[in-house]
Amino acid sequence: MIRIAAETPWYELFSRGARDWLRHNEKVRDAVKEGLPDLLAGADLMSRPGNRTVLVPVKFLEHARLRLADPAVQQGAGQGRGEPGDVLQPGREEGDQGAQAGGTKDGEIRFVVELKIDEIVDWLWEELKLPELKPKRSAVMDEPDYVREGWDKRGARARLDRRRTLKEAVKRRSVQENPVAFTNDDLRFRQLVKRASPATSAAVIFALDVSGSMDEAQRRLAKQFFFFALQGIRRQYAKVETVFLAHAAQAWEFDESQFFQASSSGGTVSSSVARLALDVLASRYDPSRYNVYFFYASDGENAAEDRDAASGTLAEIAALANYAGYVETGGVATFRPRDTQLAEIFAELKGRELPVGVSHLNAQEDVWRAIRAFFTEQARED
Amino acid sequence: MRTELDEYAQGLEALAQRLGLDYYPVDFEIAPASLMTEIAVYGLPIRMPHWSFGVRYIHQLVRQSMGHSKIFEVMFPGDPCRAFLMDGNSLAENSLVTAHVLGHADFAKNNQLFARFHQMAGGNIVEKAAAHAHRIQLAIEAVGVERVELVLDAALALESHVDVTGELHRSRYAEFVKEKAPKVETPFGKRFAQLPGSEEPAVPPLGPIRASVPPHPEYDLLWFIANYAPELEQWERDIFLAVRAESLYFYPVFACQIMNEGWASYWHARLLREADFLPQQTYLAAIKAHSDVVRPFASGEETALGINPYHLGFTIWEHIVERHGLERAMEVRRDEDDFGFIRNWLDRELAESSGLFVYETRPGDEIRVASRSLEAVREAILAPKFNFGAPRVAAVETRHDGSLLLAHDAASDGRGLDAARARKVLEYVRRVWRRPVRLATVNERAEPVELAA
Repeated sequence: MIRIAAETPWYELFSRGARDWLRHNEKVRDAVKEGLPDLLAGADLMSRPGNRTVLVPVKFLEHARLRLADPAVQQGAGQGRGEPGDVLQPGREEGDQGAQAGGTKDGEIRFVVELKIDEIVDWLWEELKLPELKPKRSAVMDEPDYVREGWDKRGARARLDRRRTLKEAVKRRSVQENPVAFTNDDLRFRQLVKRASPATSAAVIFALDVSGSMDEAQRRLAKQFFFFALQGIRRQYAKVETVFLAHAAQAWEFDESQFFQASSSGGTVSSSVARLALDVLASRYDPSRYNVYFFYASDGENAAEDRDAASGTLAEIAALANYAGYVETGGVATFRPRDTQLAEIFAELKGRELPVGVSHLNAQEDVWRAIRAFFTEQARED
Repeated sequence: MRTELDEYAQGLEALAQRLGLDYYPVDFEIAPASLMTEIAVYGLPIRMPHWSFGVRYIHQLVRQSMGHSKIFEVMFPGDPCRAFLMDGNSLAENSLVTAHVLGHADFAKNNQLFARFHQMAGGNIVEKAAAHAHRIQLAIEAVGVERVELVLDAALALESHVDVTGELHRSRYAEFVKEKAPKVETPFGKRFAQLPGSEEPAVPPLGPIRASVPPHPEYDLLWFIANYAPELEQWERDIFLAVRAESLYFYPVFACQIMNEGWASYWHARLLREADFLPQQTYLAAIKAHSDVVRPFASGEETALGINPYHLGFTIWEHIVERHGLERAMEVRRDEDDFGFIRNWLDRELAESSGLFVYETRPGDEIRVASRSLEAVREAILAPKFNFGAPRVAAVETRHDGSLLLAHDAASDGRGLDAARARKVLEYVRRVWRRPVRLATVNERAEPVELAA
């Protein structure tokens, strides 16, 4: 006896396939996230604001199985016409790029995810559970600005609040007999008041040691760190200005495009860059009106005779800035029996309760650790 | 449509029994397209969750939306058999499918390979798989989806690595081996014993010796890991054994696909032909559906780079019934699997009339007809079916540090493993074995290499 079971409409209510597909997508997102620092540091994104996006090509994840290596000549069984030697499908022409890119491999499906950098950064901030930055509390005020506040019966025609005026008219008409449509008494004008608002602009100074001992990999790490530090600051402030300083024995200001290419074979004099930073602050970014962030990347080896000068100038910067961060690159590869000079200086500054932080960058993973360390500490300051 | 289908189904069943088909009862269920898709993807109506099924699901949806893949029926052998019909199919298509399923049901009860697995596992895989899925769900709630996923990654990657000649319920290896037999007498030994002097002190017996694990190369990797991984937790062992039980259930379907689909196609054609109660219109529409399913190439094509198992099986079965009678066909259906079926019953005449050939894909994707020799055609059809479609990989040694050594039998597979994928699989396994895992295979120059994770 064949039984035909009742139709079961509840099948429609849940889909195991969709559930497992969503789980797959979660794993794809994790995979994308792991590659993010590399992905983002590659592009020259640092000083350009706006709607910046990155395109991330995503492949379906493959659940690997053991299988034999592809042989040079693959065989299979087929059916139809043709004698041995007959060509069923011609091979690709040499250099036929189109066909190669199209690919004939088992209809592989690929998709491209377009990610907004700002969204990625938001997402990272949540992921890393980073606190929001705090603007300086020390009554730092921007230029006073006009803000809307309240209404008045007189004012310039341009500031007439129609909605409010109509409301007044309705109120009046509801209590009057034979009311007129509008009277002069109904008119309401928006008022402006001069108010000082807290500073919402920030200046970020990046200082990079480009002396001979900083190699390509170390600079790359520094760049990644700088990039994410900047993104974090951009999240918080309406207006962010950047300054790029590089130094060896002397210090220069660069624009971003040249900043990471700069190199020098000279010795290292850290006070040179600190002095240049102080000059920049004095001439362009008055610390009483700007939230100043200073980030310095170096391998830590400073000329011995420069110690006092460096210590003094860096202390000056730390006193002016919301936060001064020092990242030391390298370190595992080179054997160091003790802290480097710069690490010592920053440790001293920290001891004097100045808002500074020190972190080490040896590998890719350290970038996240350093970012997290800086932002958590910064939130704890003041 | 339901009452009519019900009526036809009863008629078809009576006819099938009169013609000698013998099967366990069949439960039919009419299911919506979405469920049919899922069954095709998971292989079972309710099965353990894993992200890899999600990928297959999307591929299946894409294929269906492009019209490359239409699902007619799915059927799970057992007692009772469970068959699912698609609610979007026409009455004629579903009548055809009902007849087709009766053919499958007869095959599943009578074929020796199916019968052996049925006997080992009982006829209720659908319920068992649902129970596995439930237990895995409990594990997810207890330890979290990530940890369960690590175990499923490993177990499902090794899905085909079971011993299909072995038992479902195996006992562990003997823990001890007997002490080695005393040395064989040699001429020197005899002379030495005759030398004057004091007697050699008797060697005290060593007692039983702990056997090495595994005592012989073990191809049932799922069973081996479930039983001998150094720190497997009970729920992890459960998952390995659940995947193994389902895999063993899939084996007969895999190993008899050509025979089974051919047999069902033979019977749906015959039952419909002899079902005088079917209205002419329905019969014609059903036969149209039959010829769509049982055809070697896509419409408008003259060659296919693949074999349609429905067509090939159907052709061979018709040939057998015609030449040797239905009785002999029933014996073949009982005794063979695809290997015997193709090697014994695909003859030169059939291969030529069906236009079977072997093709080669060369670097640059040029495809040529390579051969029409019968031997070559048979082996090309069977090649993807060896060893459950997987390379022959065995566990050969566990070291004192707990590490596991796997070995690939490259000699019988003809070449080495795909190293990148093999490394990923080793990584899956290492997370479960929790000790280093290595795999010996050969590279493209046939030199031995060892992959590690």
